[in-house]
Amino acid sequence: MTGKKYSFDMTKRKIYGAIAYAIPAFFAFLIVAVVVSVMTNIVMGGWSSLTLDFLLGAPEEGMTKGGIFPAIIGTFLLVVIMSIAGVPIGTLTAIYLSEYASQKSIIARLIRFAVNTLAGVPAIVFGLFGLGFFIQFVGSGVDRALYSDGELHWGQPNILWASLTMALLTLPVVIVAVEEAIKTVPRELREASLALGATKWQTIRKVVIPNSITGMLTGGILAVSRGAGEVAPILFTGAAYFLPHLPKGLSDQFMELGYHIYIMATQSPDVEATRGIQYATTLVLLILTFALNFSAVFLRYKLRKRIIT
Amino acid sequence: MMKKRFRLSEFLAEKIITATAFISFAFIVLIFVFVFRETLPIFSAPEPAVSNEEMGEQETYGDVQMSDAEKASEVKQQNKIELDEGASLKNLSSDRWQPVSSKPKYGLVPLIIGSLKVSLIAILFAAPVGILAALFTAAFAPRWAKEALKPVIEILAGFPSVVIGFFALVVMATFIQDAFGLEYRLNAFVGGIALAFAVIPIIFTISEDAIAAVPKNLTEASLALGATKWQTALKVVLPAATPGIFASVILGIGRAFGETMIVLMATGNAALVSADLFEPVRTMSATIGAEMAEVVFGETHYNVLFLIGSILFLFTFTLNAIAEIFIRQRLMKKFKGN
Repeated sequence: MTGKKYSFDMTKRKIYGAIAYAIPAFFAFLIVAVVVSVMTNIVMGGWSSLTLDFLLGAPEEGMTKGGIFPAIIGTFLLVVIMSIAGVPIGTLTAIYLSEYASQKSIIARLIRFAVNTLAGVPAIVFGLFGLGFFIQFVGSGVDRALYSDGELHWGQPNILWASLTMALLTLPVVIVAVEEAIKTVPRELREASLALGATKWQTIRKVVIPNSITGMLTGGILAVSRGAGEVAPILFTGAAYFLPHLPKGLSDQFMELGYHIYIMATQSPDVEATRGIQYATTLVLLILTFALNFSAVFLRYKLRKRIIT
Repeated sequence: MMKKRFRLSEFLAEKIITATAFISFAFIVLIFVFVFRETLPIFSAPEPAVSNEEMGEQETYGDVQMSDAEKASEVKQQNKIELDEGASLKNLSSDRWQPVSSKPKYGLVPLIIGSLKVSLIAILFAAPVGILAALFTAAFAPRWAKEALKPVIEILAGFPSVVIGFFALVVMATFIQDAFGLEYRLNAFVGGIALAFAVIPIIFTISEDAIAAVPKNLTEASLALGATKWQTALKVVLPAATPGIFASVILGIGRAFGETMIVLMATGNAALVSADLFEPVRTMSATIGAEMAEVVFGETHYNVLFLIGSILFLFTFTLNAIAEIFIRQRLMKKFKGN
């Protein structure tokens, strides 16, 4: 009798166990299914329109035909200017946090708090800040100070303000990645350098930075990937619907891939007719962010391997 | 002399690096100042009596205090010539958002309801999926599944939001409309599901961290006492990881609330006050995204859009702060201590 009860319990336990195993497994599988279906759909939809002419041509006939070359160049310029502004600041901040700051000091905690907060601010609020600070405050201020013709030079949306807004948004990405890389530099290396009589700054410059250069690269790449994908911050800080020419200077507006997708999919006069272009543009953006993320993952993998050996 | 130059470079390096590190902090302050600054004309011009704090409270507490606020502003309104309402408290708390008309209405109620509705749908989908998938990865999954799942989540996290928005707009909206026989192609439900795609990676990553951080000796003790794997997962691992999981959900809500491009493309953007999940909605973030490019600088409409941005900022800021507290004060410390 007791034996029977025991075996009954075992089956019950096994059934419950199987269910409890199957449900989480199903949800994990669901995520994979979603990712695969989104990717398949976009690759299938965009593949046929993705030609060399499309990549290297300008939009034609009211953006119903032609390519996306200006948007690719605009995105490229955006992330380059963004990186020039953001990566050095992010790297130095990470060096401060991991090398100079004592973890309990108020200053270090303030900065850490600021970085965490920056990471949590919605992208659209960065856009508002870019408009209120860079364009209306800094830009208009420069206009008043340097030009007397009363026209707008810097006090309007342009690629510089959009890039700086984006640099701010991607700053936490850089800081976190570089800090992680610096942490992987063994303490013994630092101690050896200091024991040999090198100063703190010499140690950082000659030992810490060269050994964490891969991490800095990873941070930069992740930031570029994030910056290329965000649209909300540039909606009103510099992106343009259509431009007949490429931006000539920092005070010009620019076309951008993500913004192009948004415009083509929602505001185009004939949304259905340009579906091929929309898909192909989305595919280009997806390939771009994937390539960037993949190289970041690859670099990080190499970095981890180095630690082990 | 050599030594002195030496020390100078040392001193300069430290000062420059410290100063650079302060840039992040400076910009947080600047974001506060400049986003709030553009909302000030709302409080100063039409109704000088209304202070900033008072206003903020009205927004966060929503409907409960709205009636009092309305009464108060009505009393004030009676003493005024009612030509152009501007962005009075009464106007802001009305249920109509018609910023471009001869008599503009800046009612925030439909926008706040819209944001809450879409975020709620997103979190109702993303939380179970994210948490259970995390539980699977951290507690059950064989090694190969673990190694396959993590890159997939990273891919999902790497999807630009405009790509998710595009997919929702073109594919999901039609699919859901056909499946449920809906009147509107773009609605809160479609937007919420699409938003869940963006929220799942956050919930998954943080929950997985929390579950993986549960001390091994706890699970081993449970298994040694004869509990099965799922009993251990359900009664030992999950309770121990609760604070982290809770934090992940809170961060997910913050992300859903602030996300712009997905809701801008997939929700239909009609400022309606209704409880119907299958009607179009207009969220706060989408309103800023859609209208800011067209407004005139310094106009009331411009200031109201900044006010919406400030509310978004404060809301996500508060949520992040709460999540931070939960992540820090993990319940696990209790277990570790004994």
